[in-house]
Amino acid sequence: MAVHKRSYRAYEGALTPRWSRFLILTRYAAKGVFQSRIITGLFVISFFYPLLMIAGLYLNHNTQVLSMLKLASDQILVINGTFFLVLMTVQAAFAFLMTAFIGPNMIAPDLANNALPLYFCRPLSRTEYVTGRACVIFFVLSFITWIPGLLIFAIEGTLSGPAWAWDHRNFAFGIFIGSVLWLLLLTLIALAISAWVRWKLIAGALLLAVMFASSGFATAVNEILRVKAGFYLDPANLIAAIWARFFDVPIHTEMSITGAYAGIAVICGFCVLLLSRKIRAFEVVK
Amino acid sequence: MTPTIELAGLEVRLGSRLILDNLTCSLSGRTIGLLGPNGAGKSTLINTLLGFHPPNRGTARILGHDIRTGLDRVRSLVGFMPENDSFIANMTAVAFIRMMAELSGLPREAALERAHEALFYVGLGEARYRKLGTYSLGMKQLAKLAQAIVHGPKLVILDEPTNGLDPPARQRMVRMIREMKETGDLRIVLCSHLLRDVEEACEEVLILKQGRIVHYSNLETERKANLRFVEIETHGDDGGFIEALEGLGCECAIAGDRRLKMVLSEGIEIQDIYRVAESRRVQLRKLNYRRDTLEDIFLKAMETTNGRS
Repeated sequence: MAVHKRSYRAYEGALTPRWSRFLILTRYAAKGVFQSRIITGLFVISFFYPLLMIAGLYLNHNTQVLSMLKLASDQILVINGTFFLVLMTVQAAFAFLMTAFIGPNMIAPDLANNALPLYFCRPLSRTEYVTGRACVIFFVLSFITWIPGLLIFAIEGTLSGPAWAWDHRNFAFGIFIGSVLWLLLLTLIALAISAWVRWKLIAGALLLAVMFASSGFATAVNEILRVKAGFYLDPANLIAAIWARFFDVPIHTEMSITGAYAGIAVICGFCVLLLSRKIRAFEVVK
Repeated sequence: MTPTIELAGLEVRLGSRLILDNLTCSLSGRTIGLLGPNGAGKSTLINTLLGFHPPNRGTARILGHDIRTGLDRVRSLVGFMPENDSFIANMTAVAFIRMMAELSGLPREAALERAHEALFYVGLGEARYRKLGTYSLGMKQLAKLAQAIVHGPKLVILDEPTNGLDPPARQRMVRMIREMKETGDLRIVLCSHLLRDVEEACEEVLILKQGRIVHYSNLETERKANLRFVEIETHGDDGGFIEALEGLGCECAIAGDRRLKMVLSEGIEIQDIYRVAESRRVQLRKLNYRRDTLEDIFLKAMETTNGRS
């Protein structure tokens, strides 16, 4: 057993940079995320579709295999906007599922155990605390959304040549911007729910309910009021509209791209408001 | 020496309620006790000092740093042990304390080393790899103390540190607080409703009532002053005993039949009283120092209707 001094002594050594300390929360939370078998399993499964697509791309450009199978290059995969829209939609769905498992673990345990005063009595602001927690979700989900998306775009660009990549650069922007916005939405909604609902199971269920309910609510608004504005209430539709614009695919929702960005900003703003009301060292009972 | 806490017209409102009303004082002791009945504003004062509640008026300085302009510096100098359970249940003690040390700015290796040290110091060395959720109430208190001191703060604020502890554990906690005060450049603010804890551990006491300061007491000075007050009970004829004592310069007052209260003048010791008694052939049946306990001080302060700021 190690021998440790049993007297109090002050710390006189070097300190880490102030700006980097929120990442400590990210590091500790990330360790906890992959202790769950369900999350690890889901994380692994979420790579299947991109790997399948990468295999498809390889076959698409492998003349030997194509001639052996007596297929034309676009008979295996047609690489166009729809291809990337489907890819990102599948990955976005996995990201959503992952968030339902990861999100509730972020803030709820700290609130349930009354740990916030311990964080905020240190040189750590509320913004840094939320950023530290948000980074966990954002980093993990990045590995299943824009990173494989851009990887597939890069592979196709390599196989089809730089001219294809240049002509379709909008796809790359769409993969990145759309994914980042989707992750931002999921992260903030998950954190807001985690901050208000202390029970992890209920928080996870509530996230699923919020997303499905918002879709249903949007449809109901459209049906009852005979408008199309209801789609702006559904986060998934907002992202779909942005992706559709970048991937040059027509959509049925007739949403304006500016309206979609505004809708995302409003939802994010609302989540930040919810977080700012709940993330405090002490609750003031008025 | 830089004052530990300086309050200048500090006023805090929560909603429309005035919680701290124009507090002004300067406390320089190494261990400061914060006393007051429930709802006096002790916890709000602590929370304000830590920047959790912004002051509506006035300001406070911790170790010379203004809480309005230098909150980050204040927080890096302070360790805080909250009153309620505060921990992360599914973390081991060592991981939790290490994370807290890292959040205070310690590099990873130093944080790990100090987490082990802090846990050994508070007596949780053998249980440091257990999850905090499995700890008993007393162990949780110790873990909270460990996280408060792990980064080597200059000031530790302890909010009801002996809550829920059995007598031996309470004594150990108080002893540890006294030891911390004596080792190194550490100052302590102890907020407790247990007067005995404060009396045993603190040099200065600030008593709050209804958000105002009703009494400030330097316990060290009080203890010294108490040694100058003596109560004597004699037997038989006093034979000019009182006059003889007054002749030495002591102030005497008769407190009843053969009972005497006196203030020893400078340079006069208890042995001189015995000498005078022997020379006057007076039997001393009782000789006590006046013991104005913290409880007496506290009760007197509570009788004060209007606090002074």
